[in-house]
Amino acid sequence: MGRITLQQVAKSFGTTEVIPPLDLEVNDGEFVVFVGPSGCGKSTLLRLIAGLEDVSGGTILIDGEDVSNTPPAKRGLAMVFQSYALYPHMSVRKNIAFPLKMAGVAKADIKKKVENAAQVLNLTEYLDRRPGQLSGGQRQRVAIGRSIVREPEAFLFDEPLSNLDAALRGNMRLEISELHQSLKTTMVYVTHDQVEAMTMADKIVVLQKGVIEQVGSPLDLYRNPANLFVAGFIGSPAMNFASGATAQEFDATTIGFRPEHLKLSPEGGDWTGTVGVSEHLGSDTFVHVDIEGVGKVTARADGDISLGYGDTVFLTPDRARVHRFDVHGLALR
Amino acid sequence: MATKQSRSAARLMMAPAVFLLLVWMLVPLAMTLWFSFRKFLPLRGGDLGFVGFDNYVRFISSSSFWPSVQTTLIVVGSVLLITLVLGVLLALLLDQPIWGQGIVRILVIAPFFVMPTVSALVWKNIFMDPVNGLFAHLWKFFGAEPVQWLSQASLPSIVMIVSWQWLPFATLILLTAIQSLDSEQLEAAEMDGAPVLRRFWHIIVPHLSRAITIVILIQTIFLLAVFAEIFVTTGGAFGTKTLTYLIYQRVLESQNVGLGSAGGVYAIILANILALFLMRIVGKNLDA
Ligand SMILES: Nc1ncnc2c1ncn2[C@@H]1O[C@H](COP(=O)(O)OP(=O)(O)OP(=O)(O)O)[C@@H](O)[C@H]1O
Ligand SMILES: [Mg+2]
Repeated sequence: MGRITLQQVAKSFGTTEVIPPLDLEVNDGEFVVFVGPSGCGKSTLLRLIAGLEDVSGGTILIDGEDVSNTPPAKRGLAMVFQSYALYPHMSVRKNIAFPLKMAGVAKADIKKKVENAAQVLNLTEYLDRRPGQLSGGQRQRVAIGRSIVREPEAFLFDEPLSNLDAALRGNMRLEISELHQSLKTTMVYVTHDQVEAMTMADKIVVLQKGVIEQVGSPLDLYRNPANLFVAGFIGSPAMNFASGATAQEFDATTIGFRPEHLKLSPEGGDWTGTVGVSEHLGSDTFVHVDIEGVGKVTARADGDISLGYGDTVFLTPDRARVHRFDVHGLALR
Repeated sequence: MATKQSRSAARLMMAPAVFLLLVWMLVPLAMTLWFSFRKFLPLRGGDLGFVGFDNYVRFISSSSFWPSVQTTLIVVGSVLLITLVLGVLLALLLDQPIWGQGIVRILVIAPFFVMPTVSALVWKNIFMDPVNGLFAHLWKFFGAEPVQWLSQASLPSIVMIVSWQWLPFATLILLTAIQSLDSEQLEAAEMDGAPVLRRFWHIIVPHLSRAITIVILIQTIFLLAVFAEIFVTTGGAFGTKTLTYLIYQRVLESQNVGLGSAGGVYAIILANILALFLMRIVGKNLDA
């Protein structure tokens, strides 16, 4: 079981309040992703759950039990750090075995568990190497191996993929998702990359300046962002916004429309614009268009569209999928 | 230095330094070897010609030789042990965010800047004097008989003075090493269920192994040559005669340059045996 409940949890460093009191529920077996811009308090929140920082207020419950003052080792959680935090003087085998050794597990059991973990993570041939002799992805797997052998109630990941290159990040994303499918253990995952959040999460928690902006499933956040911040943060490329007269037409202060919900046409449409740079990705083309009275927007078009710089195009937003926001930036429904 | 020209230019420019160092090292060594085979008594007839291995035999068969080797090893060993243990503890302490950290750090480093003769005199007169020393007062305060430090506990006193001198060096090197430890490693170990002491043994000590090796190697070199501290305190009496001190006595007190030079060669041999020994034990920590 790994149900984590935060009740009015707050954190201040000295006089600066990093996290105002917040409530959050992480259900057993759920894959929860904390996402938000740099410095918004994601790591701090994770470290509070881990017990590496003391809460300034509120209570943390794991499976209904108050652990606010329990030392990290007794919370039954395992953490994977951004820098991997492998022990450089120990072999991979010893690294993975370390938590078991600390727990006083019998030698034979340790050997078996370490070899199992190595098997799962494709590390068998590297067991006798030192972390310094491994690639970034392999180190990452060792760090994960070290956390799974303990069979924790929940895994905590702090930006585990941010040191890897794009291709490897994609692979590891799949591997972690697969690990979650097979272990069915609660995972709390911190990232500032909304693609990771969208692809991996059961539930996304969007944070800004320590405040939870919205909690929901990836598609929920995509379809119904609660405010401007979430709308702009979730989705790639980012949502286009327009205000003024254009928004007035929709009875809103600001409207938002995603690049994929804009129809591009050379003949006619609601808005007329001048084509700027086109980004050809093969499958899609992202066209940057400057629309008079609306501003610069991005539109998604087919991969084989051919538009020249400075051409005139017509754009039509999908009216059913236009997001409307009030003066305070909150979504109007 | 990639190209041929830059490599030869580099060699040319390094040559004077290398030459100077070689001369600096080789001339005294050659002279020591030369004199060690001669009977040379400056005040009693001067250079009296070759005597073969006579000086070597006489030096090693003197009743002071083996005790002096033993004393040397005791001083080196104890000072290393004390400075390393206290150095690690002090470094751990100084790494904590404490009030007045800057001043405390300067205070800890200060002894290293005091000249050996001065610090030995300070210890001898202010702390260890059996009548007026601070220790004597302390002992009397608790109703105990003051210890005649430099005669009754002469070797421990020397070890204490020399340790005090070298503790800052060890602390400084170990402190920089501790500061370079990634705090996430300690946190990971904490999450992995390692309590404070086990974190110390499994994470901090291995991390320090390289720094400890450096401290051992450098200090050994200097500790083998400890002289001033003995000269101004016991003058080699009460079992504090190290090999270095014995050589000094042979050359200057007995005015026998040949005999002293032979002792110098023995000192080189001892230093090399020790170096070989140390490299075997701790040298592997240096490559990684
Ligand atoms: N020990 C500390 N003392 C004071 N302020 C801190 C401390 N640790 C973090 N902060 C502050 O708390 C805020 C949140 O930091 P945190 O590390 O949680 O950000 P983050 O969301 O993880 O950012 P990133 O994506 O860059 O890792 C930051 O403004 C940071 O300056
Ligand atoms: Mg962070």
